[in-house]
Amino acid sequence: MRSYLLPDFLVQVSDACIGCGRCVRECSFSALEMSGKRPKANHARCVACRRCVVFCPTGAISVQRNQVASRDNAYWPVALRSDLLRQAQTGGILLAGAGNDLAYPSIWDHLLLDASQVTNPSIDPLREPMEVTTFLGSKPAALRVAESATGELHLETELPPQLRLDTPIIIGAMSLGAVNLNVHRILARAAQAAGTLWNCGEGGLHEELYPFGPQTIVQVASGRFGVHRHYLEQAAAVEIKMGQGAKPGIGGHLPGEKVTAEIAATRMIPEGADALSPAPHHDIYSIEDLAQLVGALKQATNYSKPVGVKIAAVHHVAAIASGAARAGADFITIDGFRGGTGAAPKVVRNHMGIPIELALAAVDDRLRQEGIRNQVTLIASGGIRCSADMVKAIALGADLVAIGTAALISLGCTLCQACYTGRCAWGLTTQDPALAARQNVEEGVERLGNLLNAWSAELKEMLGALGINAVESLRGNRERLRAVGLDGETLAILGVQAAGRE
Amino acid sequence: MSPEDWLADSAPAGEPRRVPSGCATGGILDQAGRPIPGQMIANLMAAMHERSNGLGGGFAGYGIYPEMAQCYALHVMYDRDDHRQPVEQLLGNTTFLVRSERIYTRPTRGIGLAPDMWRYFLQVPPSNLGTLSEEDYVVRLVMRINQELHGAWVVSCGKNLGVFKGVGYPEDIANFFRLDEYKAYQWVGHGRFPTNTVAWWGGAHPFSLLGWTVVHNGEISSYGINRRYVEMYGYKCTLKTDTEVLVYLVDLIIRRQRLPWQALYAILAPPFWEQIERMSHPEKRRLYTALRQVYGSAMANGPFSIIIGHPEGMIGLTDRAKLRPLVAARQGDLFLLASEEAAIRAVLPQPESVWAPKAGFPAEGRLAAAAVMQP
Repeated sequence: MRSYLLPDFLVQVSDACIGCGRCVRECSFSALEMSGKRPKANHARCVACRRCVVFCPTGAISVQRNQVASRDNAYWPVALRSDLLRQAQTGGILLAGAGNDLAYPSIWDHLLLDASQVTNPSIDPLREPMEVTTFLGSKPAALRVAESATGELHLETELPPQLRLDTPIIIGAMSLGAVNLNVHRILARAAQAAGTLWNCGEGGLHEELYPFGPQTIVQVASGRFGVHRHYLEQAAAVEIKMGQGAKPGIGGHLPGEKVTAEIAATRMIPEGADALSPAPHHDIYSIEDLAQLVGALKQATNYSKPVGVKIAAVHHVAAIASGAARAGADFITIDGFRGGTGAAPKVVRNHMGIPIELALAAVDDRLRQEGIRNQVTLIASGGIRCSADMVKAIALGADLVAIGTAALISLGCTLCQACYTGRCAWGLTTQDPALAARQNVEEGVERLGNLLNAWSAELKEMLGALGINAVESLRGNRERLRAVGLDGETLAILGVQAAGRE
Repeated sequence: MSPEDWLADSAPAGEPRRVPSGCATGGILDQAGRPIPGQMIANLMAAMHERSNGLGGGFAGYGIYPEMAQCYALHVMYDRDDHRQPVEQLLGNTTFLVRSERIYTRPTRGIGLAPDMWRYFLQVPPSNLGTLSEEDYVVRLVMRINQELHGAWVVSCGKNLGVFKGVGYPEDIANFFRLDEYKAYQWVGHGRFPTNTVAWWGGAHPFSLLGWTVVHNGEISSYGINRRYVEMYGYKCTLKTDTEVLVYLVDLIIRRQRLPWQALYAILAPPFWEQIERMSHPEKRRLYTALRQVYGSAMANGPFSIIIGHPEGMIGLTDRAKLRPLVAARQGDLFLLASEEAAIRAVLPQPESVWAPKAGFPAEGRLAAAAVMQP
């Protein structure tokens, strides 16, 4: 069948080309090949990953959008029509990588922060202490403290396990399979260097990374990949993955060709076998079953580490989070509809779930109404793009945020959304050893470490401007947020006043 | 314009709002429990006239109603006389009203239109309590009046104590409420300099609940979360200023959760993590770490100096960077706190000792055990 699709992009090579062939070697999508002394483009294969442009030694390559005219139609955009043509050719579910890219409103961009003026001196974080230490773990509603006759205080309450983080940013779950071992090495080392945690995702943890256990949240997902005694024992915390923001309600499918020996051993499945994560956990059909799994994991780890639950932001997220808290979760990760994925049906990625801002506000409110907010650490994830998003998330009620896409971007990801092809030119979402080798671990640790440092420094700068010297005084402090251009109902859900209100 | 209109205009409507303010604070305690004339605290506050702008002054006197010491004394402010009846009906239905009377005042230059001020001495019939403690019963009653009954605000509800406050300079407020005719073993005073909203009588300090009173100089930048934290425990912030939340934090942590005062200080103005790490004793590190972990939402962040009054004494406390002033002094049994040393010396020229409490560390005065009045 002849394809009616036009290339999305055009690769152009200028006269500056010296014919070195670097671009051809860099292009993992075979969009370039040498033709004589010059590279020749197969435009249809280009995903605009920009690898060739970045690495061309003479700056001879440019990639343009393929602007073929068609009659303007606000209702039938070109991208949508292209998807129809694609489906007409394949008859299948369209896959997509990365996060929802449609133009839904980003509520972050309608929220603005307060700052100190006159009555409340701002604080210079370079000269004054500025505390961003955050603890992951369930806290009791109150402490019991005895006072002796001599005025000595004695703590009588035993706290559940707490993980100390030097910054309220952790690295969100990305499985071995979705990304390769090199990327896992980077995430683990960068988390360690920044005094925070990373999440190994649902594909198990490679034995090589066990020494990073104290920095690692391990996942137990519906496929139970790589879950065994040592996996749980070496971890800092365990997260039950109930859902993912990019594809709420559905499972996962790692095709057999990606299941290399390394991944097979880590996931505890045969090499080359498809790794299917069922949509539901087949032992969890309601909240009481979740409570059992939380309890079982706590028992298995001797109550020595936090056990949490990750849920996708969906309509009933507040009730679900409340149920998870009452089921014994020490932390709850809420993953918004902008969260990334290695592969998901495009229609699900683009149309299911709700924004993290609203989900987070609703969950924090609900837990407070029920008086159980202290019981859980709330982690906001799914579309945290910059330190300002993080600060706004904390002000809405998050204890900390998890970043996935932002971390990958720091390592080169250009959001070309071709993760599901396994041909990532930047060596991130690929198991091809030659491509994976493009991620130099030491350099990656530096890049991601720099990003985490920069965000922490920006967080301190903003806290200082807010006149607050500890991040816990920002947490849930919606008084310091104002909104522009949001409707009254949204304001009510967010618990934020319109800008201009005192 | 009638007083009714003025108050209706000035009480901010809708969502409670925060009112940052710079201020003067002061307190005098006789640790032996001897009565101190009200004029003394008025003079102390008058010395700090410059710290206020005439938009709020107030006082709390402990021990001013010895003949009614068994009763909760409710001081209630009405913006209109017809808002009084529903409150009195509620009090009549839910408590045993021993006495009700108008709070007598004196026409004073500088004090404009004033709300109607009443005081009620009441007891709680044990049969009404159900599973509640007597104090919780009174707290709920006060929250209900403040939140549900229009145009009425309870400004204090403790035993043997009363709050007198309004719009004006503190020395004028003292004259207006005839403070010279009261004697208390402990006085707390406040002069206000609100910076970005219309002042109103209910927004003046002190803020009080049961035996607690708080006066405050500064701004609580963490108010948004402090407020949401106490709301989890049923407190309603209705008085449109950040100081109110401090009173509820004291009530929650000291009375309901029964933590020692030292723990409260470490919650409101916690040591920095760096300081906690340097603590030599592991047990102490564990305690202070846990207090920060569990009570992070109760930390008062931003510049503040506060005086917390309670039936057995008073405490001066500043934020952990001490961005607002506080001075303490002793002379025999007298313990004094003020924003400025000059104010202390205005009433006590040569105190035995004067000191500036360290950032985040309390200055405490306590009633001698023998002087504590048993209700």
